Amino acid sequence: MNKISRRKLITAGLVGAAGATGFAVAVNLAKRYGLIPPDAGVLYGPGETLTYAAQRLLSRHSMAREFARSEISKDPFANEVDPLGIEFQRLRDGAFVDWRLAVDGMVARPMSFSLAELKSLPQSAQITFIACEEGWSYIAEWSGVPLAHVLNLVGALPQARYVVYRSIQPDWWDSIDMSDALHPQTLLTLSMNGGELPVPFGGPLRLRVPRQLGYKNVKYVTSLTVTDSLKRFGKGLGSSAPEGGYAWYAGI
Amino acid sequence: MPEIFHPRHPAIVRITHWLITLSFLALLLTGVEILISHPRFYWGEIGNVNTRPLFTLPIPSSRDTVPTGYGYVLPDQNGWSRYLHFEAAWVAVLTGLLYLAFGFSKGHFRRNLFLAPSDLSPTSLATDIARHLRFGRPTDDEAGSYNVLQRLSYLLVIFVLFPLIIWTGLAMSPAIEGMFPALVTVLGGRQSARTMHFFVTIFLVLFLLIHVLMVYLAGFRKRVGAMIVDRLPKAVERL
Repeated sequence: MNKISRRKLITAGLVGAAGATGFAVAVNLAKRYGLIPPDAGVLYGPGETLTYAAQRLLSRHSMAREFARSEISKDPFANEVDPLGIEFQRLRDGAFVDWRLAVDGMVARPMSFSLAELKSLPQSAQITFIACEEGWSYIAEWSGVPLAHVLNLVGALPQARYVVYRSIQPDWWDSIDMSDALHPQTLLTLSMNGGELPVPFGGPLRLRVPRQLGYKNVKYVTSLTVTDSLKRFGKGLGSSAPEGGYAWYAGI
Repeated sequence: MPEIFHPRHPAIVRITHWLITLSFLALLLTGVEILISHPRFYWGEIGNVNTRPLFTLPIPSSRDTVPTGYGYVLPDQNGWSRYLHFEAAWVAVLTGLLYLAFGFSKGHFRRNLFLAPSDLSPTSLATDIARHLRFGRPTDDEAGSYNVLQRLSYLLVIFVLFPLIIWTGLAMSPAIEGMFPALVTVLGGRQSARTMHFFVTIFLVLFLLIHVLMVYLAGFRKRVGAMIVDRLPKAVERL
């Protein structure tokens, strides 16, 4: 009886130690390969980390689905937009000529772009859906400058891990990892369905991240910061979404 | 005199049963919370408040952009609901894999779940259906395993409804859609996937209700006790 329980105890101890070691190794590997999301420390962090790690391992290079021109939604839904403020109104009155996109952080050459300058860069177009976390969706053609191109122009440093982007709307900012930032379908969007990007849909400048849900596609983008850590931004959770209870990663 | 106990359910079955129960209830609660932010359903690839729904649930919404006919808007619960929905999904899927590995490797499915051709004969089925319709209790020799209708419903849940709910759920993830487009296109689009996710949920909830009713008819405390501990404690058995 005693022997059995001692053997059981030793076996359980060894299994426990092996499990703990395995877990520690897995966490270290996940950290090294950037598989831990910035909001991993919140209440539902473990599930969030599993989702982000699994999707990143499988999807680093996968493309968002693209559709035929005939599938473009005739009645896209812009969703509600909070009042845009005096500064936005002033820029709008000036036909957005004074709109600037500032790019700084871990870059060799911090730069600032006007919309005209962005339009003079190589453009890319895609017909993709945008899906809201609430469940609704629509398909549109989006075109603009791939974010990767802008990051290349400013010379993003090799140790960069995230790009933080901010809206003209106060307290609306977000970030994506380099997998999404350098992804060919991630667009600084200037145009929708062949025309100007309408204000309700994020005009004059919206970041499209088609492999993630709608709320990562921040409207009215005014600045980008390239960084190796999200700790210094807001509460350090990666975007304003987790500060309001929503997940940072929205690929699901 | 030593008593001989035959555990009704193996330990793995008991543990996975309750882990699945917990995660299913969490998925159901958070799923309902997410659903009320847009209680409209569509077919095909796209759908929003500007397009015609397939059908609309007559409930209020947690978004004022959705026309519901109600004069109020419910509080937004999507943040924690989405977090918990996916965390519970991980628990359910990992637990389900453990259960499947056990069920196939240890003969649990072969002994207790799969049906012999004779079980599906009209007379055998008719007998079992008749007994269920009379709300008859299972006979003693059946108490050690599952009866035919029970096996059929468990097979349906384990090998049809659970795979379908996982599939239709994954088909709503924009990242997964990019990785495996066929997951979505086979279903007819992401809005079709969402609508099917809802209907599979309805079937799972129906199963849950009937399952609990059957447990109640067969003796609630005994059956629940048997799913918690391997043998019935004396105190429970007396009740």
